[in-house]
Formats: sequence, C-alpha cells, structure tokens
Amino acid sequence: MSGVEVRDLAKQWGGTRAVNGVSFTAHENTLTVLLGPSGCGKSTILRMIAGLENASEGVVLIGDKDVTRLDPSRRGVSMVFQSYALFPHLDVRENILFGLKVRRVGAAEQRERLDRAARMVGLEELLDRKPAQLSGGQRQRVALARTVVANQPVCLMDEPLSNLDAKLRAEMRDEVRRLQQNLHLTLIYVTHDQTEAMSMADQVVLLREGNIVQTGTPAELYERPANEFAARFLGTPPMNVLDVDRLDLPGERANGGHFLGIRPEKVVPTDTGFPVEVSAVDYMGAETVLRLSHGGATLMARLNGRSEAAPGDRLHVRWDPADVHWFDREGVRLEGT
Amino acid sequence: MSGSLRHVYGWLLLTPAAILLIAFTHYPTVATLVESLFSRGSAIRPSKFIGAANYEAMLDDPVFWEVLGNNLWFALGTIPTSVALAIAMALLVNRALPGRGFLRLAYFTPTILPMIAVANIWLFFYSPDIGLLDNILGVFGLPGHNWLGDPDTVLGAIIVMTVWKEAGFFMIFYLAALQTLPPELEEAAKLEGASRWYYFRRVVFPLLMPTTLFVLVNAVLNSFKLVDHLFVLTKGGPDNASNLLLYYIYENAFSYFDANYAATLTVVLLVLLAIMALAQFFFLDRRIHYR
Ligand SMILES: Nc1ncnc2c1ncn2[C@@H]1O[C@H](COP(=O)(O)OP(=O)(O)OP(=O)(O)O)[C@@H](O)[C@H]1O
Ligand SMILES: [Mg+2]
Repeated sequence: MSGVEVRDLAKQWGGTRAVNGVSFTAHENTLTVLLGPSGCGKSTILRMIAGLENASEGVVLIGDKDVTRLDPSRRGVSMVFQSYALFPHLDVRENILFGLKVRRVGAAEQRERLDRAARMVGLEELLDRKPAQLSGGQRQRVALARTVVANQPVCLMDEPLSNLDAKLRAEMRDEVRRLQQNLHLTLIYVTHDQTEAMSMADQVVLLREGNIVQTGTPAELYERPANEFAARFLGTPPMNVLDVDRLDLPGERANGGHFLGIRPEKVVPTDTGFPVEVSAVDYMGAETVLRLSHGGATLMARLNGRSEAAPGDRLHVRWDPADVHWFDREGVRLEGT
Repeated sequence: MSGSLRHVYGWLLLTPAAILLIAFTHYPTVATLVESLFSRGSAIRPSKFIGAANYEAMLDDPVFWEVLGNNLWFALGTIPTSVALAIAMALLVNRALPGRGFLRLAYFTPTILPMIAVANIWLFFYSPDIGLLDNILGVFGLPGHNWLGDPDTVLGAIIVMTVWKEAGFFMIFYLAALQTLPPELEEAAKLEGASRWYYFRRVVFPLLMPTTLFVLVNAVLNSFKLVDHLFVLTKGGPDNASNLLLYYIYENAFSYFDANYAATLTVVLLVLLAIMALAQFFFLDRRIHYR
C-alpha cells in the first residue's frame, strides 16, 4: 500500500496562508495532477508531501502511515524538479547514481539499476556527458532516470515539462505516463497546464488560492465543472460563461440560474437564433475558433475545419439546452442541469 | 575603414593602457633584473657589471635562507587555515539564522581595517602581562608570555593575526559562490538521505573549486606580499625570527642601502610567485568544474 493521502493540510507563512486546509487521496498506481493557476499553492503542497516544507496544520499519510514529521529521505518518495536539480559537476552516470551511493547500494546492483534506468529513458549513449552538454529534454530524462533508480513507490513532479518546447512536451508527457505505469508509481504531478492535466491524469485536483475547487477525473471536471472557475480553467478555448440578466437569451432558464455556461464546441451557427457579430476568426487547421460579440458580451465558437466567416459578419448561433451548464450568483454549479 | 587604418586605430586605443603597464610593471621588472646583475655602487666605487655574483652571495647568506624558511612556514600556517575558516564561516552565514546580517558584517570587519590598524590592535592583545591574551591566561592561573619577543612564538603569533585578518575577505567570495548554488540541489540530496557533510563533500566543495583556486592564488600572493604588520609588531625580530622575504628586501634597500642585493632578492621573489601561480593554475585547473 503506497497511496498518498493528505488531510486538512495547511501552510502559513507569516500573514499569508498559501495552502488552506487541503484534503485529497492519490491512490496507489495512479497519476494525480495538482492543477491550478500560478501561486495557488501547488508546489507548496508537493513540498509538504516530500517533507521539504513543514506543514503548518494537517497530516500527510503515505501508505497509511503518518509521515508528517518524518525525514524526507525516509518517506519513500522521489522527486523531479522543474529545474531538474542535476549536479552540474557530475556526469550523467554519477547524477543517476547519486542517491544509490548515498544509500550505500552494492556496486553490482548499482550497475544493474543504472542500466535499466538508462535503457528505459534512452540515455545509454549519454552517460559520460555533463549536464551542460545535454539538451533540455535530455536533462529531463536524467531527472526521470533518477526517479527510476530510486525505486520509491511514490514520485512527485513539479512542473517537470515547463522548460521544454511544445513538441518535446507532448513526447515527454507520454514518457512520464509510460514510466508511471511500468513502475507502478503513485505519481503526483504539478502543472498549471490544463492540456497536460487532461491528457495524463487519472485524477485532477483543481486548486485556487490554496483551496481545492474540485477533485475528479478529467472527464468529470470537463463535463461537470463544480463552479465557474473550473468551467473556465479547463478546455481551450475556455467555456463561455454569460450573465443571463444582461442578455436576451434563447431557451428557458433554469431555476435560480444566473450564469449560463456553454462549451465553444457546442455553439453552432444557424440561420435563426441568437444574433452575434464576428469579431475575429482564428484558423488553426483542423478547427476554427470564432470570437463573437453580442452587445457587451463575447463568446467563442469552435467549428471543425475552415469557416467562411469573416470579421464583421453577422450570424446567428444556437446550442442544445442539454449542453448548458447553469451557475448561481456565486458561480457555483446548479445540479440537475 | 581600410585595413591599415583599422590597425592604427586599434593600436591607438591600446596605447594608454600599454603605456601605464609598461611604465609601472614591465619596465621596473626588467630594470630590477638588470640591477641585480650589478654591484653595489658607492661614492668611490661606481656600480659595475658582476654577472651572477649577487645571486652567489645570496645563496651564502644565512639570513636569506632563514627568511625564506619563515615565509614558507608563514604561507603554510596562514593559507589552509584561512581558506578552511572562510568556507566554514560562509556556510554558517549562508544559512537562514537570526542575526545573519550582523554576523556577516562581523566576519568581514577585519578586512575593512587597514593592516597597520589591525597590527596595532593585536599588539595590544599580545603585549606581555598587560595584553588581552595574558589577561585571559591569568584568569586560568597561567603565567604570562612575551609572545612577540620569543623567537619560538613570534611567527605563530603573526600567523594567527594574519588568519584573523584574511579569512573574512575570502569568506565573501565563498559566500557569493554559495549563493549561486540552486537550493534544489540540496533538496534533491536531502530526499536521497545525504547528510550535510556528504552533500558538502560531493556537491558543494567541488562546485566551489573555481572560487577556491581564485582564493588560493590570492592567499599565496598575500603570504609573500603582506608585510605591513611587521613594521608595527616586530620589525622582523627577534633575531629575524619573524622576518619575511619582502620585509628583508625592504631592509636591504632602505636600511642597508644595498639596492642591488634588494633587486636580486626581488627577482627571486618574482620567480617564486610566478612558479606558484602557474603551478596552481596547471594542477588545479584540470580538476575544476567551471560552469
Ligand atoms: N518561502 C515562502 N515564504 C513566503 N511565501 C511563500 C513562500 N513560498 C511560497 N510562498 C507563497 O505561497 C503561495 C503559493 O506558492 P507556490 O509556490 O506553492 O505556488 P504554485 O502554485 O507552485 O505557483 P507556480 O505555478 O507559479 O509555481 C504564493 O502566494 C507564494 O507567494
Ligand atoms: Mg510552483
């Protein structure tokens, strides 16, 4: 058993409360993503789980054992840092073996684990290079190899891919996911990139200003966002959220509904319906995003392929009432919608 | 601009710096070398070329050997201790601890003081019976000692003072280097269970090597260059027990007015310094990781 559970975890720094009583469970062999905008406390939570930061309140359990006050090295976790944290004076081999040498693992086993790790992440040819002689992606692989040799049941990653370009990021995403599954890791992965969260996670923990907004699978978060913030944070382009009092909208309105949310891909142009003016057209190849305005409100529509619409055109759009999400005055989701 | 004009332009830009360097560094060096090959002149006997005779005399001069030995002990006594102390102090004040700014300042203060002032302070520490040191010893019922008057203790006393003065200066370089180390390195090591000492030995110390080389070169140069304190404390005495090479050169030039012998000793000093600086660069450089 090596799941991770945090209960009412909080971190106070002087007057600022960076993490404000957070509870969630990362089950064994699953990938949990901590997602949220910059400064919401993701790194702080991760560092408290690792033991690099002391929790002000609450407990951290790893494999049902309370580790809140335990030394970082005895918690059974490995960590990948955003900056990779490679030792610049040591070559790749020594960087990977660092932890094993500290823990006095026998030479034969060291070699065995090094070979396996280097093979898994494709570093066999580069073992004699120094970190400065590697590309960003290769450095990231070294950091991953360190996790592989560490053989710890829990792995923590803090925005490990944010220094890589888009193509490499997609590649490494698969690699991280593959490693997690092959090694049966309980992986807690921090990111502010919702695409990364959607594509990798078994479970997403969405955070905002030190509080959990919603916990669930990517599909749950996308299809049933708990509030307006979650609705806007996931999906590109984000969900359209319209204030119904200010607009004359088609269709009936749910009881108490104050904000109407509709995903851009559910907005379809028609001959009659809600009148809008096209203010911009973003052509992306497989799809086109229309930015539409109606009075003071803007909304987006995502269409397949190319669109004939041009800025300045007047169109009508509509949507299926079943696809509408309703939120109350505070932005909280109204159930039954 | 045409090729030749560019050359002229380049040379014109270089000239001011070159003039200063030649006038105050290269010419004096060559002049010293030339002077060391001439005999000492006087009103009746003008100076004349004598080849290596000054160097032969030097080899027969027991004071030269004693002074050279003193300087060696002085270097051995000051350099490792002040470098080790500097690293220790830098590690201490690099940590988050209360009053850290005050500590940094306190460690650095000796560096700000001129050597003459430092020597005066330590003269008080060392003075027999009324000095600070003897007073402290008195508290424990130990007898006083003439620290600077005893040939057995005088060099040690000067070494201690020099370490006190130098360590804070070197600490600043180590502190600056420590602050460039990303904190994640220590955290990564901590997660693996590396002790402080292990982390220092395997990571911090190797990454500080460029600083160490710089500090070592400076420390070696200083151990031959620093003589101010001798003027205040001992004047090289008693019986040359605390005399150092540079002070001996000064004595020859300005007390005995033997400029040619002083020039001879200066050449020896220059050669020694050059050899040591080169040796450090060549031996250490290969084992240093530069970022
Ligand atoms: N050592 C510290 N002292 C005081 N406040 C801190 C400290 N570290 C972080 N904070 C504050 O805690 C809050 C959360 O920081 P944290 O680093 O966890 O954010 P994050 O979600 O990881 O953001 P990012 O995506 O930008 O990395 C921030 O408001 C930050 O200013
Ligand atoms: Mg962060």
